[in-house]
Amino acid sequence: MVDQSAVGRRFTPVTAHVEPGRLRYFFETLGESNPVYRDAAAAKAAGFTAIPIPPTYLFCLELMDSETPFEFLTALDIDLGKVLHGEQSFAYHAPVVVGDTVTFSPRVTSVTDKKGGAMTLIVVETEVTNQNGVHVADVARTIVVRNGASS
Amino acid sequence: MSKTAPAVGDRIVHKEFPAITRHTLALYCGASGDHNPIHVDIDFAKASGFPDVFSHGMLVMGYLGQALTDAVAPGKIRSFSTRFAAITQLGAQLTCEGHIAELLETGGERRARIALTTKDQHGETKLAGEAIIAL
Repeated sequence: MVDQSAVGRRFTPVTAHVEPGRLRYFFETLGESNPVYRDAAAAKAAGFTAIPIPPTYLFCLELMDSETPFEFLTALDIDLGKVLHGEQSFAYHAPVVVGDTVTFSPRVTSVTDKKGGAMTLIVVETEVTNQNGVHVADVARTIVVRNGASS
Repeated sequence: MSKTAPAVGDRIVHKEFPAITRHTLALYCGASGDHNPIHVDIDFAKASGFPDVFSHGMLVMGYLGQALTDAVAPGKIRSFSTRFAAITQLGAQLTCEGHIAELLETGGERRARIALTTKDQHGETKLAGEAIIAL
């Protein structure tokens, strides 16, 4: 079981590229038709230098370009079948657009047992910077590990 | 955008989405980079104690984000957070809603806190969250 010793643990930074084709595939999947996301001219008219990423896409970029997706699960010896996503947050400081390269630096910031140890909540906070060193976002996720009841 | 000043209680976000299919989950698996088999492989889901595959929480949050950016220019969103209240099952038809919960000012910028929910066709809350937007 994951314990307090995991707090402060850092994982391998991930550098990801905002590629137009992959982003288009994401928009197709969600049925996105907003011109700011589908038309570069509309994005420019809205003040972006290129098509921006949608609100949750930083989460995807980190997974897509990671050489070891779910590294924190394997590093903490957590079974992928026992995790649920508890909470997710994004704080945006600057735009991220097609053509950008962003780097994710994740670390564990808290570990909390719930229901007498039946569940463990793990918070991973990730700072995101771009190719110019600008701090563009902070992302946080809370993972729920079901310690006991999977059978 | 709006001619009148924004006020607490104003419902500004409302969007309904088509039922989530196995195909949607397969596409989202590839599109998101989240290859956790629990969302696409029924054998894995059953071995993990679930009756069937179920939606990625981030797909549901993606829909909520889309509903939000339909109403608010993407460049005005300062933060966006959700709690995943319940597993979203196959076939779920989601409705995303949001209203102004608070008007505030941060660093000289006028902002609003939008309270957000995503519910399925039975009215069960799947996501509850909020966004801070610049006015």
